[in-house]
Amino acid sequence: MQFMLRFSTQGKLRLQKCHVPLSDKEKKKITRELVQMVLARKPKMRSFLEWRDLKIVYKIIHASVYFCCAIEDQDNELITLEIIHRYVELLDKYFVSVCELNIIFNFEKAYFILDEFLLGGEVQETSKKNVLKAIEQADLLQEPRHEYFNVPV
Amino acid sequence: MPAPIRLRELIRTIRTARTQAEEREMIQKECAAIRSSFREEDNTYRCRNVAKLLYMHMLGYPAHFGQLECLKLIASQKFTDKRIGYLGAMLLLDERQDVHLLMTNCIKNDLNHSTQFVQGLALCTLGCMGSSEMCRDLAGEVEKLLKTSNSYLRKKAALCAVHVIRKVPELMEMFLPATKNLLNEKNHGVLHTSVVLLTEMCERSPDMLAHFRKNEKLVPQLVRILKNLIMSGYSPEHDVSGISDPFLQVRILRLLRILGRNDDDSSEAMNDILAQVATNTETSKNVGNAILYETVLTIMDIKSESGLRVLAINILGRFLLNNDKNIRYVALTSLLKTVQTDHNAVQRHRSTIVDCLKDLDVSIKRRAMELSFALVNGNNIRGMMKELLYFLDSCEPEFKADCASGIFLAAEKYAPSKRWHIDTIMRVLTTAGSYVRDDAVPNLIQLITNSVEMHAYTVQRLYKAILGDYSQQPLVQVAAWCIGEYGDLLVSGQCEEEEPIQVTEDEVLDILESVLISNMSTSVTRGYALTAIMKLSTRFTCTVNRIKKVVSIYGSSIDVELQQRAVEYNALFKKYDHMRSALLERMPVMEKVTTNGPTEIVQTNGETEPAPLETKPPPSGPQPTSQANDLLDLLGGNDITPVIPTAPTSKPASAGGELLDLLGDISLTGAPTAAPTPASVPQISQPPFLLDGLSSQPLFNDITAGIPSITAYSKNGLKIEFTFERSNTNPSVTVITIQASNSTELDMTDFVFQAAVPKTFQLQLLSPSSSIVPAFNTGTITQVIKVLNPQKQQLRMRIKLTYNHKGSAMQDLAEVNNFPPQSWQ
Repeated sequence: MQFMLRFSTQGKLRLQKCHVPLSDKEKKKITRELVQMVLARKPKMRSFLEWRDLKIVYKIIHASVYFCCAIEDQDNELITLEIIHRYVELLDKYFVSVCELNIIFNFEKAYFILDEFLLGGEVQETSKKNVLKAIEQADLLQEPRHEYFNVPV
Repeated sequence: MPAPIRLRELIRTIRTARTQAEEREMIQKECAAIRSSFREEDNTYRCRNVAKLLYMHMLGYPAHFGQLECLKLIASQKFTDKRIGYLGAMLLLDERQDVHLLMTNCIKNDLNHSTQFVQGLALCTLGCMGSSEMCRDLAGEVEKLLKTSNSYLRKKAALCAVHVIRKVPELMEMFLPATKNLLNEKNHGVLHTSVVLLTEMCERSPDMLAHFRKNEKLVPQLVRILKNLIMSGYSPEHDVSGISDPFLQVRILRLLRILGRNDDDSSEAMNDILAQVATNTETSKNVGNAILYETVLTIMDIKSESGLRVLAINILGRFLLNNDKNIRYVALTSLLKTVQTDHNAVQRHRSTIVDCLKDLDVSIKRRAMELSFALVNGNNIRGMMKELLYFLDSCEPEFKADCASGIFLAAEKYAPSKRWHIDTIMRVLTTAGSYVRDDAVPNLIQLITNSVEMHAYTVQRLYKAILGDYSQQPLVQVAAWCIGEYGDLLVSGQCEEEEPIQVTEDEVLDILESVLISNMSTSVTRGYALTAIMKLSTRFTCTVNRIKKVVSIYGSSIDVELQQRAVEYNALFKKYDHMRSALLERMPVMEKVTTNGPTEIVQTNGETEPAPLETKPPPSGPQPTSQANDLLDLLGGNDITPVIPTAPTSKPASAGGELLDLLGDISLTGAPTAAPTPASVPQISQPPFLLDGLSSQPLFNDITAGIPSITAYSKNGLKIEFTFERSNTNPSVTVITIQASNSTELDMTDFVFQAAVPKTFQLQLLSPSSSIVPAFNTGTITQVIKVLNPQKQQLRMRIKLTYNHKGSAMQDLAEVNNFPPQSWQ
């Protein structure tokens, strides 16, 4: 997987993970392009697109948020859908019924969770339980007097 | 300085902004605060500030001034600092900045940290955005961690190693020892990442691939793991919709694909497991289909036995029936890749594929169309064509051109009958007429010409088609051409295939004139129409005057093409009327040439000749005119090929429809091009000499002077002299210019010069300068003859002269034997 994006139905970016060396400007341009492309899709259309030499897999979650992944030609699109699905489940479990506001206010957590699930664009842990366990334990290491960190209610 | 506000508070504040401008103001204020805070080198709040910066960066605002701060956070001892610091590094830094190199040391330390989560952070960051230099420096540490027993770290190290290898392929070797027992792990995370690592190594290096096949016996190991996954009972930890660890299954299948490719032994070893996965996987959810998809890809790519391949294709066939359009899409894409190699198996799913033509998704439709064309064969042509024509009717405009071309191709290859073929073409022209490609028109015309028995039927159908609507240019062009050629069949009501229609000559001319006048007709189409009208002058009996009128009107057309044609047709009516019927004769059957180059020309049986007079094709060999017969008789030979001075044929198959029927298009363009060399027109069965002729003059600019001229004939006051030129570019060609002069006191009128040469030669006669040889040698008629003499035999010629002199018709035959050696050697 080369990059993963998460954005709202208004096109506001919530998460951007990139595994290929790109400058800030390039990342912005690509993000804008992909967001536009995906937002233009109608509800019943298929989830796969061709873009440059990559395949784009996207999914809309709870009618409020889009996930969009750019994968290479030899990657399996269908399993990418499962990867997206698994990530959503992880967020769900961690935030105890996730809502968009949760993700916005705890955006760095979304990244931490992603980094326990994927590494360099590949799945590193296939067990939901293990991912969540790792996150919880890491959270405990966080020095409590740092007020930026709120335990989600 | 007050404590910087907390992250959540900032987020809350920014979200209250009602306009973009308001938001920008808030952000700018906060950035300024953060900047001064950074300047104070405050360790306590650095983490908070960077976190805020990352949030603002995500909104799209610049955050580069925080890059160095991320490094300071990474170097901190606090876990929270490191967490945010590494995140910041991954989001704000990329390997093109030198700053990131400063991270190397920190990462190195953290890779050896006592806390595994710190090590994890370091591995993650390195594996995500490490540059080649960093990878080189830290590869050793990664390799060490790859051998640790801590599975949390091992799996991360494996993926980190993948990144290192991608950045610095030469380092691959060093990870080899560590891979030895990776697959013995129980931990799925480690298994998955190990498979990814092994995949990367095998893909990159054939040596590695061979090593893993032979020495490590990777295939049996993978088969074993896969088997366990399938056979084992429900495992809640890894279960997805009843399937055990689909991510791992897919990855293993992909690695098996690489191992089995081009390798019989490996392929055989995995045969059973592939069959098992293919048959046992639950297909009701996407996750099962994902595994099946990967299985199919693997089966098709390795050296699997045919039963397995059929199984795979059947899976794809089932996918096509799935409600999920993602799955249908994926299936069509895969089928398209396999249709060449496993044609018969794919054929069985033809009807499902054809159904996909009606899908709502554009890409699915396109793939279905491509597949359908790949599957058409002699057996299913009728049924398939019905579906494809229906598709052509209803599909989006962007498909129509490709679909039309595909239909033409398929029809050409597999048409069960000529009538069916013509009908199909008609259908395409009428439904998608404006989308048909330009080069289809000449091909269609050639096809129609060659279906001799269908001429009446074809012209009738075409006539009816354009009666209602003449806006579709390709259709009108083909129709105009046909009406021009076969208009006589149309008015005589000769059609056998269907009820002949009653149409008068005037009605036919009406429609052609409408085409000429119509604003919708392009210049090319008008050209077709005008030529068609002209041709009808020899086929129609009662409307010749009308035709003459039309032709003369267009002599002053603004359109230069049209004007030129009209002027020349006019000339045909006036000065060359005696040639008109010969020139406008029916087109002969054309030889099919299959290549498509701009210089390509379809040869007819007739000779070709450029002439200022752009008129119609010559009569072909099998239909000699009476003049030719005379010559044959008189010259008594089957060793002589008679040649009649004729006009050029059209070039039906050149690129661009406008070249069709373009009589002397070379003269039209005014700039005679160099003749295509024999090599550039490989398919032509006629000698290239004939092409030389098409290029009129320049070929013979390179003259070798100094060949003596001869008097070929001198009798009764008529003298004919031959002067010679040889071409430098083609030594087998001799150009003879004849000059006829008249020394008597009366003009010789209606003078016609004819010549014949032995069979080993080929002759081309260009048009004479006039038909009157004035008296008292006051002028001459010149005419050019080109002779092709590939065998370099001695040139011989028999000539026949006919003219009117002193009120009586004269005729003479003679032999010319005194050709100088330089003219033919």
